[in-house]
Amino acid sequence: MNEQIVAEKLVKRFGDFVAVDGVSFSVSRGEIMGFIGPNGAGKSTIIRIFCGLLRPTSGSARIAGIDVARDPEAVRQRIGYMSQKFSLYGDLTAEENLRFFARIYRVPRAELEARIRRAVEMAGLGGHTQALVSTLAGGWKQRLALGCAILHRPAILFLDEPTSGVDPQARRRFWDLIHATAAEGVTVLVSTHYMDEAEYCNRIALINQGRVVAVGSPRELRRNPRLGDLLVIECADVGRAMGILRSAPGVREAAVFGNTLHVSVEDKARAVAEIPRLLGAQGLECRRVAPIEPTLEDSFVELVGERAESKQGART
Amino acid sequence: MNPRRILAIARKELIQVRRDPRSLAIALLLPVMQMFLLGYGISLDIANIPTCVYDQEASQHSQALLARFKSSRYFRVVKSVRDYGGLRRAIDGGECQLGIVVPWNFSRQLTALGKTSVQAIVDATNDNTATLAEGYAQSVVSAYAGDEVELRFAGTARRLGAPQPLAVDSRVWFNEDLASRDFIIPGLVAMIMALVGALLTSLTLSREWERGTMELLISTPVTSMELMIGKLLPYFAIGLADAAFCVALAVGWFGVPFRGQIGTLLLTTLLFLAVVLGIGYAISASIRSQIGASQVALLFTMLPTAMLSGFSFPIDQMPAVIRAVTFVVYARYYVTIVKAVFLKGSGLAQLSFPIAGLLVYAAVITLVAARAFRKSIG
Repeated sequence: MNEQIVAEKLVKRFGDFVAVDGVSFSVSRGEIMGFIGPNGAGKSTIIRIFCGLLRPTSGSARIAGIDVARDPEAVRQRIGYMSQKFSLYGDLTAEENLRFFARIYRVPRAELEARIRRAVEMAGLGGHTQALVSTLAGGWKQRLALGCAILHRPAILFLDEPTSGVDPQARRRFWDLIHATAAEGVTVLVSTHYMDEAEYCNRIALINQGRVVAVGSPRELRRNPRLGDLLVIECADVGRAMGILRSAPGVREAAVFGNTLHVSVEDKARAVAEIPRLLGAQGLECRRVAPIEPTLEDSFVELVGERAESKQGART
Repeated sequence: MNPRRILAIARKELIQVRRDPRSLAIALLLPVMQMFLLGYGISLDIANIPTCVYDQEASQHSQALLARFKSSRYFRVVKSVRDYGGLRRAIDGGECQLGIVVPWNFSRQLTALGKTSVQAIVDATNDNTATLAEGYAQSVVSAYAGDEVELRFAGTARRLGAPQPLAVDSRVWFNEDLASRDFIIPGLVAMIMALVGALLTSLTLSREWERGTMELLISTPVTSMELMIGKLLPYFAIGLADAAFCVALAVGWFGVPFRGQIGTLLLTTLLFLAVVLGIGYAISASIRSQIGASQVALLFTMLPTAMLSGFSFPIDQMPAVIRAVTFVVYARYYVTIVKAVFLKGSGLAQLSFPIAGLLVYAAVITLVAARAFRKSIG
């Protein structure tokens, strides 16, 4: 069974609100799949369905071939989960937390000590095993939560925005741990809203408004053919410039990135020559126009923007 | 069901209770406070009423009467005054609650008429105490007068077959005072158990919801049955320890007689704990905030136990409708059992009806509690 995580036309409604709107994807063994998307896109809801916390309204979610809705307990023994909100016991020490989860997951007694020791090493807890978890710093908490989630050697790991609110160094270290875990054959599904973290994944699903907008490797998504050629423009009053360029011929999309503009165009050579002239005519001085490699964020903006437009089109 | 998982949960729960000041206070402080507050508070017994005396006559007889007041455990003569002004000041100042005025013609009345009148001035700001104090004072005076007259007319009275000239006033509720404590304290044990048990367990699931640990717990393979048993085990232990403490205090400190078998009490206490812990757990499963859950738990345990269990108001004196309602109050069965075990020394056979009532309740509540919690966050 190579496909460890499979979603088929997954739908979850909360009253009138459609949180997950017909999502299908699959993740193979040992793969790191990233869920990228804004808050409220439905990332957490999909993960919670796979962990058996929520029942899907329709469609199916399968873990290692087992339907989650049909046999949640069989699934739970095979998965590890780190929820979005830190959810170890703050009034227990690090070691007490580890022991608790080891027993809940029925880690064999003979291996218990070794695995706890390994989790402590992994989290880099050192002498802090007897400290109440609520007193630990963010990076430690997060690595300890990961340690608790993999104590029972799950085949599949769900990490819901594990790095939110943690400093960049701790984030980097955490991703090293994820890679080490995946290297042992564990399938990882991780959600994040940090675009740079997407680059650490084998494959990414861009999620927006409950739908999977695109799936592919980071490279594939960056080279989105619909994106065309990408230019970076440095000029005065980027806000006004964006408005002008959006309605200009040969321009597909324009978006503000810091104090520059990223513009996707149909013909790179022509645009480099024409854009400074176009902006100059409106009294906007253009300091630099240069082709750049698209980032994931460019791709995401293009894909999401397209979707928003098609929706508007459908309405009129 | 896996025993290792159950024990893991029980152990975790115990650690959390130990580190949670609120739970700790409920488990340890609340029983002590309730026992002493209510053990002393709900009692018809009053003793050592601070008393002021004004002896107008200052004769052998009047002194003999006052000596009776002094030796009575109900009164403590703290002051002696020489006029009404002094008496007024003593009562107004709160120094005394009762003033006894022996009239200047006390001896003459007693010898000539065979009856006396002594004035009792009572501080009636505390109405209940005032009534009791007045009654006690009356009995002391009557008793004295009776003894005196009997002494003097003993020969003739008996020869003439005449009735006692004065009878000691013996209203039942005055003599009941000591019995009242024996009656109340066993019921108090039930009340404390209901309160502590339901309050503690009402926090157990709501704490997980409130702190966000429930989501992770649900994602683990622990079953809801394992979770319930694991979570309730420590509270059985705490409840039993509290019960043992309360019973020890009742017997050792308050001197309530214990005439029954410990085994009977243990068995029925376990049943009662199953009921109250189950109620607390079911509440905790449905209300996801600790404050909310504990409020509802109070409502479901404290109120019916205090009002309708026979703890404070005798069930057979209630109106028929209310009496019928008490049959659904689980505490009623346990209060009946505890009182009977303490005071009558009843065994299992005599208590079969209330035990059956508790059994039914325990079964129903356990079922409700087991179904109350579902492993889902929706």
